[in-house]
Amino acid sequence: MNDAFALGPPALSIEGLSIALPPGADRPHAVEQLDLKLNPGEITCLVGESGSGKSMVARAVLGLLPPRVRIAAGALRFGATDLVQADETRLRAIRGAEIGMIFQEPMTALNPLHRVGRQVDEVFRLHTDLSRRARRERVVQLLADVHLPDPERLYRAYPHQLSGGQRQRMVIAMALALGPKLLIADEPTTALDVTTQAQILAQLRELQRERGTSVLFITHDFGVVADIADRVAVLQRGRLVEEGRRDDVLRSPVHPYTRLLLAAVPRLQAPRRRAGNLGPPLLEARNLRKTYPRRGFGGSATVALDDVSLVLRRGETLGLVGESGSGKSTLARILTCLARVDSGEILLGGEALARLGRRQLRPYRRRMQMVFQDPYASLDPRQRVGDIIAEGPLIHGMSRAATRARVAELLNLVGLQETAAERYPHEFSGGQRQRIGIARALALEPEILVADEPVSALDVSVQAQVLQLLANIKGKLGLSMLFVTHDLRVALQVCDRIAVMRAGRIVEMGEAADVYAAPSHPYTRALFAAVPGAHWEQSHAAEPVS
Amino acid sequence: MQDALLRFARNRLALLGAVVLLLVLTMAAAAPVLYPAGAFALAGPPLQPPGGRFLLGTDTLGRDVAAGIVYGARTSLMIGVVATLAAVVLGVLIGAVAGYYRGKPDLALMRITELFQTIPSFILAILLVAILSPSADSEIAAITLVSWPGIARLARGEFASLGGREFVLACVGLGAGDGRIVFRHLLPNCASPLIAVGSLLVANVILFESGLSFLGLGDPNLMSWGLMISAGREVLRSAWWICTFPGLAIVATVLAINLIGDGLNEALNPRLRDR
Repeated sequence: MNDAFALGPPALSIEGLSIALPPGADRPHAVEQLDLKLNPGEITCLVGESGSGKSMVARAVLGLLPPRVRIAAGALRFGATDLVQADETRLRAIRGAEIGMIFQEPMTALNPLHRVGRQVDEVFRLHTDLSRRARRERVVQLLADVHLPDPERLYRAYPHQLSGGQRQRMVIAMALALGPKLLIADEPTTALDVTTQAQILAQLRELQRERGTSVLFITHDFGVVADIADRVAVLQRGRLVEEGRRDDVLRSPVHPYTRLLLAAVPRLQAPRRRAGNLGPPLLEARNLRKTYPRRGFGGSATVALDDVSLVLRRGETLGLVGESGSGKSTLARILTCLARVDSGEILLGGEALARLGRRQLRPYRRRMQMVFQDPYASLDPRQRVGDIIAEGPLIHGMSRAATRARVAELLNLVGLQETAAERYPHEFSGGQRQRIGIARALALEPEILVADEPVSALDVSVQAQVLQLLANIKGKLGLSMLFVTHDLRVALQVCDRIAVMRAGRIVEMGEAADVYAAPSHPYTRALFAAVPGAHWEQSHAAEPVS
Repeated sequence: MQDALLRFARNRLALLGAVVLLLVLTMAAAAPVLYPAGAFALAGPPLQPPGGRFLLGTDTLGRDVAAGIVYGARTSLMIGVVATLAAVVLGVLIGAVAGYYRGKPDLALMRITELFQTIPSFILAILLVAILSPSADSEIAAITLVSWPGIARLARGEFASLGGREFVLACVGLGAGDGRIVFRHLLPNCASPLIAVGSLLVANVILFESGLSFLGLGDPNLMSWGLMISAGREVLRSAWWICTFPGLAIVATVLAINLIGDGLNEALNPRLRDR
C-alpha cells in the first residue's frame, strides 16, 4: 500500500495547528503549524523527545489543554466537526463516545474508590440508554475482549487489586467501550514492564485491527513505533520534521533529526568484545537474603533477595537486568552498603563488609560509588554543584583548596564547564545533572561504580551521550561497573556479562553475547522477545540500513 | 532565595505587615530616647484623656499610656522572639531525631509530642508560670514548652520525607555521618516551611505573653500590653483609652506578623507559587 491509495477520508485531519504556551515558557509555541492526517483504520505514531509538544497535540484533540495553554491557530477536523471551534457540550458528547483516550499512568486513570466494573459501566451510562442488565453484559464482554482473566470476578474488583498491566487493560476496555472511530493513546505502556508492555501493545493492535479504529499513538520509544505503527510522524521542538510509512521512516529516514534519534537507539545485539581474561574477583556477593517486613495490617512481607550470589571481576561491566520488583535495585543498594542485608556476605577485595558498623564502613565506601536513576532527586537542590562534588573528598579529609582543583578536573572529565561549580542543580538539564552525579561518584576515585538505571530517565539522544561518557570514563580510569537496568538494549551495549533477575533470584548469568544468542532460561527468552521493536529489527536485520 | 524575596515583595499585604512591624520595632528601639523616665514613672495627673499633654492619656496612677505602649513593645517582641526561637530549636531537634531515625525514637518522641498537644496549652502555661514564679524567664520557659509540639511534628514530616530521597542516600554512600546529613542537607531543605511556620508562631507567642501578663503572671518589672489592659479594665467605661491603645497595639502587631508569615509561606512554598 502506498499513499496514493488513500483509505477514504481521514479519521482526523490536523491542519496548521499551533498551540501557544503561556508567556515565560521556553518557547512561544508548544506546537507550530502542524499538518497531519490520520488514515482510517491505521495507527499513527507521533514520536518526539520530552518537550517536543507531542502530548500537547493529544490534549488539544481532546480539548483538555492545561490552563493558560491555548490553540492559537489551525483546525482539528474530525468528521464534519472542527474540534477547535466545537463548544464544551459537543466535545463532551464526542469524548469517550467517538474519541477514546488512554493515558500513561493507569493508576490515576481509575478512581480508587469505585469498583472497576462500575467505572467501565459509567461510560455506557453516560453515552447510551441501555438497561442495567444489558450494560453489565457489555462490560463483562469488554473485559473478556481485552483478555482479562475471570471477567465476572474482576467486575467487582477495586483498582488497587489489579496489576499495572490489568489496570491498563481496563483503561483500554473503557476507551474502546463505545467503539470510537478514533483512539488517542498518550504513552500508554511507558509505565509498564517490557513483558507487560509487549502484551498490551499486541492486544491494542489486535483490537484496533478488529474494529478498524484509527489510533493516534504518542510515544518516545522507537521500539514501540516499530511494533505498532502504520505511519510515523516525528516532532522536534513543536515542528513536524518527518512523516511517512513506518518502514520508510525507520529504514531510510530523511531528516537529520530523525536519523540522529534512530542512531541513538541501541541495537539489539551484543557487540563483539575483546575476549581476554578478566581480572580477579573484586566484589563478591554470597547467598544474600533480604526481606522487607509486611507493611500495615493485612500486608505481606516482600522477599526482595532470595539467595543471590554473584561476582564482579576487576575491569568488567556486569549488567543486572530485570523488571520492576525483581530486586535489582535492592541488590545494588545492598552491595554498596546503603541498605542492610538480612543474611549472606559481601566481600570487597576479600574483606567482609556485611556486618561492619557505619564508622568501620567508611574507608570501604570510597572504593564503591553509586550513580542514581533520578537526576532530579539525587542532587541536593540547596547546594552548589561544586559543593556537591567536593563533599566526598571533604568527608575523607581533603583540604578545601585541594577540592577546588579536583572539582574543576572532574567537571572537565564529565564534559561540563568549570563555571558549573558555582551554579545550582536546577539550572541544568536532566543529562547534565546525570553528569554531575557521575562526577560526584568519581570524586572519591572509586574502583567500582554502581549505576542504578542511570539513563532510564533521559531522552534517547541524551541517553546515548551519557552511556558514551560512562564507557569512556570506565576505560580511562580502569573502573569495574555494576550496571542496573531494565532495558536489554542498553544492557547488551554496555555490559560484558549479564545477570537476569526475577522475583529476587538470579535466573541466568553469563557473557552478554551468550545470553543474547542462546538464553537458557525461559524468562530470559521472554524478556528478549518482549523488547520493543525486537521483531521488526530481526525481520529487517538482513536489509541494508541507510 | 532572591526569587522568594521578590515574590514576597510583590505581596502587598505582606509588605504592609512588614511596614507595621518595622514601626513597632523602631518604637521599641527608641523607647529610652522617647520616654527616658521609663514606663512605670508617674508622669502627671491620673486618668488624663488622650490629646493635650499626653498623646494617649494617663492611667489610674498617672502613668503615661504612650510610654507603656512603647516599653510594652519591647517586652512583647523580646519574649516573642526568644520564646519562638527556643520553641523552634527544641521542636526541630525533637522532630529531626524522630524523622531521621524513625523506628523506636520516633514512636517515643511522637507520643510525648501528642501528650503535650492534648493538654490545653494556655492552662499548662499558666500552671508552669505559677510554679516557677512570675518573671520574664519563666514566661519564656512556659511558652516554649507549650509551643514546640507543632514545630516538632512539621520537622518530623519534612525530615522523614527528605530522608528517603536519593541525594541523602548518595551522601550516605560518600561516607557522611548523621550530623553532616542532618545539618548540611536536610535542615536547609526544610528551612522554608520552618521559617514560615516559625514566623506565625511569633504572633502566637505575643498573644500568650499578653494573656499571661493580663492574669498578673508577667514579669512585674517589665511593662507589658497585657498588664496595661488588666490595669485599665476596671475603668473601661470612664477611661476607655487605658485598655484600648494596648489592645490596638496587640492587634496591629499580631496581624502584621501573621501577614508576614503568610507572605513568607507563599513565597517559600513551591506548591503555592505561580498562583
